[in-house]
Amino acid sequence: MEVKTAFGADLMSDVLAFAQSGSLLLTGLTNPQVIRTADVLDISAIIIVRGKRPSPDTVQLAGDLGIPILVTRFILFETAGRLYQSGIRGCLVKVDGSVHSHG
Amino acid sequence: MADEPLIYENQFNVQGGNFSDAGKVASHIKAILKGFGIPSEAVRKTALVAYESEINIVSYARKGVIHLRLAPDQIVIETIDEGSGIADIELAMQEGYSTATDKIREMGFGAGMGLANIRNFSDIFHISSEPGKGTSLKMIIKWRP
Repeated sequence: MEVKTAFGADLMSDVLAFAQSGSLLLTGLTNPQVIRTADVLDISAIIIVRGKRPSPDTVQLAGDLGIPILVTRFILFETAGRLYQSGIRGCLVKVDGSVHSHG
Repeated sequence: MADEPLIYENQFNVQGGNFSDAGKVASHIKAILKGFGIPSEAVRKTALVAYESEINIVSYARKGVIHLRLAPDQIVIETIDEGSGIADIELAMQEGYSTATDKIREMGFGAGMGLANIRNFSDIFHISSEPGKGTSLKMIIKWRP
């Protein structure tokens, strides 16, 4: 699996609005809705930050849907910074202010 | 449009308050559309609007139904729920406005973006609601440009 872009948020509606297919998702949420959201968007893998552990039903669902979960003790900012330093870029740089649609 | 032949049609029940299953129907709809070889961008938009609608039913209604209709040029998602309804639709459509409970916010929803996302990712979007009875949404996504 090759990943070039990432998005980070704890608000699932923001993830739905902005994250793009094939991106990594960095989040502090650990419930099954994170997996559902990732599935809907074809997210390549989820990184759970701040040392949180996914709940057993989250792990189960991720396994069923074939979505990898990684965990890290780094905070969201640090995780994003380290990934950026390694060449990963945001799935979008900034929002255009008026619409959230990707067309 | 009403006479348009259908390639596929199905409907799915959603139970209000069943947070652990929220998103199951959207995942299912996505798999069905993929199976028909619908272009991935249209599948993604449809799954997204179905998912936000499903979250709304689970969060705010007693129960609801999500209809999926696949036509030769478009996908129609229609949801009808029995619940509290929306008194002021214009207000509910505003980004950031929310009446979400802590339970909804724990899931990462309830930031007041749901209906705005549904509108932004639909090619055609209709909403109607009767306070005390329920809310109906209709979303059309064109898949053949």
